[in-house]
Amino acid sequence: MTQNDQQLRRYHAPVWNEPVIMEMGHEGERGIVMPQVEMKIKSAVGPAQSLIPATMRRKHPPRLPELSQPQVLRHYLRLSQETLGMELNIHIGEGTCTMKYSPKLNEQLARRIADVHPSQDEDTLQGILEIVYKFGKLWLAEVSGMDEFSFQPGGGAEAAYTNACIIRKYHETNGELQQRNEIITTLFSHPCDAASPATAGFKIITLYPEAETGRPNVDALKAAVSERTAGLMITNPEDTGIFNREIDEWTRIVHEAGGLCSYDQANANAILGITRAKEAGFDLCFFNLHKTFSSPHGGSGPGCGAIGAKKELAEFLPVPIVTFDGNKYHLDYDRPHSVGKIKDFYGNVQVVLRAYAWAVSMGADGLRETAEVSMINQNYLDKKLLEIPGVTKPYNVKRRVDQARYSLQKLKEETGIGIRDVNRRLADFGVEGIFQSHHPWVVPEPFTPEPCETYSKADIDYWAAVLRRVCNEAYADPEIVKKAPHNSFAARINEAPLDDPEKWAMTWRAYLRKVKAESRERPF
Amino acid sequence: MSETRRAHPYIPNSIPEAKEEMLREIGVKDAEELYADMIPERLRLRKRMQLPDPLMAEYDVKMHVEKMLSKNKTCVEYLNFLGAGCWQHYVPAVCDEIAGRSEFLTVYDGEWYSSLGRFQTLFEFQSMMGELVGMDVVGFPTYDWGASAGNAIRMAARITGRSEVLIPKTISPQRLSIIRNFCQPTVMPSHIDVTLAEYQAETGLLDIDDLKRKISSKTAAVYFENPSYLGIIESQGQDISGIAHEKGAMSIVGVDPISLGVLASPADYGADIVCGDAQPLGIHMHGGGSLCGFLACRDEEKYVGELPSLLISITDTVREGECAFGQCTFERTSYASRERAKDWVGTGTTLWGVAAAVYMASMGPNGMKEIGESIMQRSHYAAKMLSELQGIRIPFVDFFKEFVVDFNGTGKRVSDISKALLRQRIFGGKDISKEFPELGESALYSVTEIHTVEDIERMVSAIKDAIA
Repeated sequence: MTQNDQQLRRYHAPVWNEPVIMEMGHEGERGIVMPQVEMKIKSAVGPAQSLIPATMRRKHPPRLPELSQPQVLRHYLRLSQETLGMELNIHIGEGTCTMKYSPKLNEQLARRIADVHPSQDEDTLQGILEIVYKFGKLWLAEVSGMDEFSFQPGGGAEAAYTNACIIRKYHETNGELQQRNEIITTLFSHPCDAASPATAGFKIITLYPEAETGRPNVDALKAAVSERTAGLMITNPEDTGIFNREIDEWTRIVHEAGGLCSYDQANANAILGITRAKEAGFDLCFFNLHKTFSSPHGGSGPGCGAIGAKKELAEFLPVPIVTFDGNKYHLDYDRPHSVGKIKDFYGNVQVVLRAYAWAVSMGADGLRETAEVSMINQNYLDKKLLEIPGVTKPYNVKRRVDQARYSLQKLKEETGIGIRDVNRRLADFGVEGIFQSHHPWVVPEPFTPEPCETYSKADIDYWAAVLRRVCNEAYADPEIVKKAPHNSFAARINEAPLDDPEKWAMTWRAYLRKVKAESRERPF
Repeated sequence: MSETRRAHPYIPNSIPEAKEEMLREIGVKDAEELYADMIPERLRLRKRMQLPDPLMAEYDVKMHVEKMLSKNKTCVEYLNFLGAGCWQHYVPAVCDEIAGRSEFLTVYDGEWYSSLGRFQTLFEFQSMMGELVGMDVVGFPTYDWGASAGNAIRMAARITGRSEVLIPKTISPQRLSIIRNFCQPTVMPSHIDVTLAEYQAETGLLDIDDLKRKISSKTAAVYFENPSYLGIIESQGQDISGIAHEKGAMSIVGVDPISLGVLASPADYGADIVCGDAQPLGIHMHGGGSLCGFLACRDEEKYVGELPSLLISITDTVREGECAFGQCTFERTSYASRERAKDWVGTGTTLWGVAAAVYMASMGPNGMKEIGESIMQRSHYAAKMLSELQGIRIPFVDFFKEFVVDFNGTGKRVSDISKALLRQRIFGGKDISKEFPELGESALYSVTEIHTVEDIERMVSAIKDAIA
């Protein structure tokens, strides 16, 4: 055993073996009672059932569980304990996600708008409108070089979709949409840069990386553009952490062909104050406030994909936009060329509020410090990981910005243990599994950690020691990895039913019908 | 230690010693040397960003933001009758407790081995929502009602191979705009044509004759809502679904799930796909930031194969008697298949799915029935009181929690009445006179279980003064 191994803590996940709530409780129990209707109301309007058209009365009550409040609470507390939140572990594994600390103060502040209705009179919304306005105009505009921001999209993929809708509207307004129906992206751009514009109706051209540089070359782009090009939607740095050094040349080529350029800056953590969308020649961009700007991930939302546009494209942003007349903030719906609505109301404003509070605590130097430390952390982790047997880093690009895509192909070839096995085993050490890669896996047995500024040097050392331990096990005792997890919430799952229409069950009612009815003893 | 640069409390490696040690290990002098290797000089921002000075003390941030927020008024300070897509219901403390748990708040996608609890909770969300809407398949929470309706319509178009959808004119203009974006402009090959069907002027219900005139063998789906944006209970669900099915089209129903303890489930009147918003189920309004769409459908391969959502399925493990959870047919999703996927999937509203699960489990069948009855009795009481005022009319009488108040007979504008109410610390109903010009000066009032008889009478009396 190496010194690193000896440092690892003894860990065991809390195992509650908690039943599904649908089989808990007892008929007649109540978890909450709502206010009783006053006699005055009852006698004025009569029984509720008489107010429902006969065809629309519910005939059978919904078969919801019946539990008392302490039992509901206990059940969900146990399930929360069976969830390894970011705050509980060294959450370096989930790359492309920027698992950074979400300050507790900002949770308290977000609660202050819990009971605000979005359609209140503007005079009663001045506080939140001011925050939305200033965060766009003062902060994100400076960070990106874009002119106008909208916070309507609820996440990064919805932001990419919104930008695709803006590109669509722009060409439609120019009468060229029929002809310009292609969006160009790259394989290592997030899948939403392909899927979102496809949903908006575009054909997608995906440029594949070259073996040496890990990214497509300029000639591939030149060959792809044409009079059919509607735009470019690209992540930079890409999921590999490789920064496209010719990105300004790319936007020039696309502009020359008559297309627009949308920069996916969902994860801009290590380039804050370092390089911007404007100087790279982009017309549109977006930031994920639940990644770079610290709002908690919520188990996958609510988030916010804040979209920025240059002033020439601002007229196409979704409505409403928050404006300021020097005295008061307003919600401007009178924007005739707007794409209209992407999401009801004006976005997840509690997410914007948290991001604003975080940014205020940073300032220009703090944002720059965030970027530098994240980038240094990445390069430090890189050194540690490349010392681990079985780990390689594809593509001949030494320095990666915020994250890097590594491969366990060597480990797999030498031990039979791949990334999926390793990920299961990591759970035994109390760290969240590593993000592998979006599909297709052009890097074999991929994994993509991201050590953002939240993590100390000691955290990074520890995390690398855990991975080293698992890789060492793969060589010394592969069975222990293959049969993992051993100390986590549940054992290795049976994946067969997940793709089998006869067996899959997305609800308890489907499960009872398909499986439980056949065997009360064993689920499958 | 220098007095100018203090370590940042959120950045452990902001202390110089840590940075220097790491840089030494990496083998470079400073961050600049690393960046120079990655990003060409011409793309570098060579200025300090022009941003407000930071507030380093947590206390200062708190004071700064609270001062801004103090310019808001809330629906706790004011009496609120706004709804129209985001509603004020009581949020049980236990919902806040669980949705505020660090583990649920700060996990992301997670692996099922390290975040089993997240997967189980979402399976339970799917299961309980399935009971309410009467469907065997429910997906992960999505963005909002509008996005789930857009997904549902596109599913129907793919399943039927057709490219038209019929929607009643009573739909929310905001939601319709979201749907139109999903349906794409006419010049695009996968465009879906949106045709609006008339509603009956006397009842607000869908005009069945107009539906029959407009439906054809090109119709992929009829989409309608219960209750509609204007609050009306669409009692012709069975007929509408029947007409759709007769033409080989699908019946898509959008629902407010808090109504489903008393109203028939969409499956009972022929829905093939169900969508809606879970925000009423234990989720605060957050200025519109807590919408939580959902999608449900029949448990058939042709439906499941076209759903864009992540789907959690129950399964078992190698340990006897242990259940676990995993992703059903992940290949459908854009995470796996990029542009070949069914629409896209991304960071949605999972935390609200957790809150809604706690809500449904706490309420149970009796709670859902009682709250539905309570809402209906209160809303009808408010409508009755208002209709007794000179010049006010309630045009559509079969409603759930929201109803149209017609002020035309008062000679006053809704905007003026709302201003008068605001002075009494009341948020009046949403002004819909621009959205539905044919209704003239009308507003949409929302009454829920939180409105007491005194609240309702206070609002009615304030309106009485405003129209006098």
